[in-house]
Amino acid sequence: MGEEVLFWVMSPFAVLGALGLVFARKAVHGALSLAVTMITLAVFYIAQEAPFLGVVQVVVYTGAIMMLFLFVIMLVGVESSDSRVETIRGQRGSAALAVLGVVLLLTTVTVRATLPDEPTGMAQATPDGNVAGIADLIFGTYVWAFEVVAALLITAAVGAMTLTHRERIFHRPSQRDQAIRRFREGRPEDAAGLPVPGVYARHNAVDTPALLPDGTPSEASINRVLVARGAARSSEEFSHRPTPGDIEAGTSETLSSAEGADQPEGETDEPAAAAPELGGDDDATGGERA
Amino acid sequence: MSPTPYLVLSVILFSIGAAGVLTRRNALVAFMCVELMLNAGNLAFVTFARMHGNLDGQMVAFFVMVVAAAEVVVGLAIIVTIFRTRRSASVDDASLLKL
Repeated sequence: MGEEVLFWVMSPFAVLGALGLVFARKAVHGALSLAVTMITLAVFYIAQEAPFLGVVQVVVYTGAIMMLFLFVIMLVGVESSDSRVETIRGQRGSAALAVLGVVLLLTTVTVRATLPDEPTGMAQATPDGNVAGIADLIFGTYVWAFEVVAALLITAAVGAMTLTHRERIFHRPSQRDQAIRRFREGRPEDAAGLPVPGVYARHNAVDTPALLPDGTPSEASINRVLVARGAARSSEEFSHRPTPGDIEAGTSETLSSAEGADQPEGETDEPAAAAPELGGDDDATGGERA
Repeated sequence: MSPTPYLVLSVILFSIGAAGVLTRRNALVAFMCVELMLNAGNLAFVTFARMHGNLDGQMVAFFVMVVAAAEVVVGLAIIVTIFRTRRSASVDDASLLKL
């Protein structure tokens, strides 16, 4: 009785997962629904007195194989989805027809076959429990098949490595090569490498450009890709220099405290931007901030 | 419980997997449908093993799982290699051998 309840509760999930795999537009959704189906199958194995296979199903299939699928989906691109155009005319219709035929045929066969109402059960075959019985078989009757399968697994691993290995055609440029290239390209000012991104009291990340001595952000200090994606942040947000106007108006304690926090770094990194030039600098930064 | 419902479920899962292999053109999805068909076969094996009270069916299901793992490793490596050269995971794009 309990097993029947379990079956009729879980089997819709199995079928829905399988249908989700076929009808999902994106491969990720398909992979997740297939994982659902595999977990329900593991439950059925355990219900059918095959606890070892149930555990292996969860560990190997949902754990290892589906994760491998998800990794490859990640490599290939999560957005990869089928186009809906049929390349062969009438392919889907005939496929559906053929599948319907297979379902009808096999279902008729299984329903009309004379199967026992109650299965024999594994109690007789595995007096010491399922795992012990399987171990007896693996290392007894099937030991040769087991060895061959081990060789197959190793071969598959080696094959996967050879297939995905990429030979480097050019040798990797060393630091010296890069320095030589920079001089050749007429950029000796970058010979020691590009400037690092900005370091501010309130923000320290690669998406914020550093400030040049004259207070303007340095284009070269952040990655081009970040700029192209629009992910770079403005350095003005974090470089807070109080103008004389701010101080006179007494706008805030926070301004002066921020200035205090900024101070040591400002002195070491940008000496020219410090106090002496404030007068000339202020109009520009003040105007920009406003 | 009679083995028939399990067998019918196995048939349904197998057919859904076959439908996916026939219709989907994303190589990864088609491959996952093959896995679904293997799993449906395993369910039938386990059901029959219990019906006969014989552990051999479970052994076969176990070996199917191992071989499926090896197959997935090689198949995914092939898909990754094809994707690298052709920038596509669609089975329609790997058509260089077509006359």
